[in-house]
Amino acid sequence: MGYILTEEQEFLKDSAKDLLKAAPVALVRELRDNNNPNGFSMDLWDKMVEMGWPATALSEESGGLGFGLRGAGILMEESGKTLSGSPLLSTLIVSKIIERYGNSMMKQILESCINDGKIVAIALQEGNFYSSKPKSTTISIANGKALLNGEKSMVVDGHVADYFLVTADSEEGTYTVLVNAKSEGVKIDKVQMMDARFYGVVSFNDLDISEDSTFNPNDSKNIIGDITNMANALLSAELIGIMSEAFHRTIDYLKERRQFGKIIGSFQGLQHRAADLYGEIEVSKSLSIRALDALDENDFMAPALCSMAKVKSSKVAQLATNEGVQMFGGIGMTDDEEIGFFLKRARVASLLFGGSNYHLNRYAKMSGY
Amino acid sequence: MSLEVFRKEVQEFLKLNCPDSMRKPIMEENDTYWGGRNAKFKNADQEKWFHAMAEKGWTTPKWPKKYGGGGLSNDEARILKKEMEKLGCRPPLLSFGIWMLGPALLKFGTEEQREQYLPDIIKGKVRWCQGYSEPGAGSDLAGLQTSAIADGDHYIVNGQKVWTSYADAADMIFALTRTDNSSKKQIGITFLLIDMLSEGVSTRPIKLISGKSPFCETFFDNVKVPKANVVGDENAGWTVAKYLLTHERASISGAVDADMMTPLSHYAKKSIGLDEQGTLNDKVLRGDIAEWEIDGAAFKFTLDRINQEMKAGQAIGAKSSFMKYYGSELNKKKYELRLQCEGLKAHAWSGEEYNEGKIARQFCRTKGNSIEGGTSEIQLNIVAKHILGLPS
Ligand SMILES: Cc1cc2nc3c(=O)[nH]c(=O)nc-3n(C[C@H](O)[C@H](O)[C@H](O)COP(=O)(O)OP(=O)(O)OC[C@H]3O[C@@H](n4cnc5c(N)ncnc54)[C@H](O)[C@@H]3O)c2cc1C
Repeated sequence: MGYILTEEQEFLKDSAKDLLKAAPVALVRELRDNNNPNGFSMDLWDKMVEMGWPATALSEESGGLGFGLRGAGILMEESGKTLSGSPLLSTLIVSKIIERYGNSMMKQILESCINDGKIVAIALQEGNFYSSKPKSTTISIANGKALLNGEKSMVVDGHVADYFLVTADSEEGTYTVLVNAKSEGVKIDKVQMMDARFYGVVSFNDLDISEDSTFNPNDSKNIIGDITNMANALLSAELIGIMSEAFHRTIDYLKERRQFGKIIGSFQGLQHRAADLYGEIEVSKSLSIRALDALDENDFMAPALCSMAKVKSSKVAQLATNEGVQMFGGIGMTDDEEIGFFLKRARVASLLFGGSNYHLNRYAKMSGY
Repeated sequence: MSLEVFRKEVQEFLKLNCPDSMRKPIMEENDTYWGGRNAKFKNADQEKWFHAMAEKGWTTPKWPKKYGGGGLSNDEARILKKEMEKLGCRPPLLSFGIWMLGPALLKFGTEEQREQYLPDIIKGKVRWCQGYSEPGAGSDLAGLQTSAIADGDHYIVNGQKVWTSYADAADMIFALTRTDNSSKKQIGITFLLIDMLSEGVSTRPIKLISGKSPFCETFFDNVKVPKANVVGDENAGWTVAKYLLTHERASISGAVDADMMTPLSHYAKKSIGLDEQGTLNDKVLRGDIAEWEIDGAAFKFTLDRINQEMKAGQAIGAKSSFMKYYGSELNKKKYELRLQCEGLKAHAWSGEEYNEGKIARQFCRTKGNSIEGGTSEIQLNIVAKHILGLPS
């Protein structure tokens, strides 16, 4: 579709900027230093819910704002610029999954996400690296009950979840289930990562899921595929925000810091690296937008484009934050300077739902080599 | 006319007028038609295709109808481009007149100049070359010294140009000359149109690392040029020159775009093969190719984006420098990978079974991409200064 924002999209972007003024990078530091157990501000999340953000990507027929994933990407990009953590990513993805594949019970859960900010965390990964398919999480039948067992890692928003969307293998194939996080048989640990955010390590121990909502098993493959695609396209948008802001701050610093009696931005060695980075950021943006649009258009290229966007945004966000730290010099290495926060969030965001090698491989496979 | 009706019309037209052989990838120099007084068509198909397109003005889809151009809107032109891409149609005419001089005349030329030169560019009757660089003025173009001294209603031009692509095949040259040496070097440059058949103009081919000689030294020895051939004002040629460069740079990046149709993986699969999992046997190369293809697509989308931004009224300006830089570096990388994809046979220099060293020669030629039209370093300087606002 279009690379240029429509008036409505501009409006969405402006309102996102406004809201996120309350959540600058300084807030990330504050939450971290005060050992906030959530790693993000619940107040901020409440405000996002009030603004209707969880329903951004949903069609108007399903009670959403009708902005599609492209609009959701705008919110992600803006949150990337301020490094604002919130359950937005999980919620945006889950809302689309339920809209597309959910039964009436799930739609009720979705209502509570949209209206009350309930959180559904996506529990796919097991172990150290992303793999969309379950490895050792299983559903077995015993005494007429369906029991869920296994451990999921790197569960975004797992530590604050009300529900989990879990993938598990059974004798009949892969299932996708929505389980209540407060049930007995669910154990939630959390780990704090480099980006000062928390991620769930969630284990299921003979959790009886007979009463829980199960997606049609025929949809499992598509659900997992859709999650991987949406998550990575949205993360690519967040990474665009991260790289743009890190770059912006770096350029400002280049125009301000003096050495050898000159503004350091006048040194050609730095100018060329900055100009090269400018180009890399521009092409990353176009690819990310294209991927989000492709999802909204149901373009057959969408899955490949989502992987491509994730690869490119990850690499360039890493480059931009590395260059940022380097060009700030000694100050860049200090915890006092905020550029380091961008470096760290870029790494974790790149890793979520598959790092760049995972997606290079996925793209190459899809392209027949 | 609605765009869908237009699309139908284009499809019909192409089906009827673009012969099968003109829908094959360009393999050698004479697969393309450059026009000009001495031009010869390679075969009847090429001739038919060219005339059909020239008749419609579709050699220059967006140029005004009154000069013989296509008069298409941006949307229509994009449809034409997409439909041609779908069929793999070769461009009917390659021309510095189209890519460089035409846009400058449309902006800075007098009405007489437009009427005199544009129709011949559109119909491929006159072939132009570019006389910018000199032995002492490459990156520092404004330091040029080829002199034009006023003499009644004429100038007398003396000096030397270098790296003039296709000067020995061209009918006309658009040249930068110095008409005033007394102030800042950017002031005192005049943009002149010179007939290559004028007395005192001579050329000498230069052999490149590709083994070919597409460019020349061009000498001017007391060449008489009418004052009517000045584009823009006397001493104000630098503005015209720079504007033309933005078009040159944008068209160089567009050429990279067009060259991306066959994916690298196609060549790699053919010569290296796949394993049982269906992945390329050379895993390192597989990753490199995937990364290149992703960059290539990202660049292509960016060209689309810039197009849309221009349509929305933003000037391209220094963005053409980014496009030129990114596109030419991408093309160089592509040929590095192409050599790896095809091993020995890509490195051969001659012999019929090696297509007379076509790939190796093309590889060598791509090294010029980041030199011609202003080097990569110069493009980065421009981006740093004019887009990022970094101080000198
Ligand atoms: C294939 C090809 C076709 C061409 N066709 C034409 C044509 O048709 N007409 C025409 O007029 N010209 C043509 N050119 C010439 C081309 O525009 C010049 O070669 C180019 O502008 C560079 O000038 P130069 O060769 O003098 O190199 P130089 O300017 O001497 O540059 C040498 C090196 O120094 C670097 N450098 C120079 N200045 C700076 C700086 N300020 N900062 C950092 N690095 C710097 C350059 O990037 C380069 O790496 C062509 C060139 C090629 C390769």
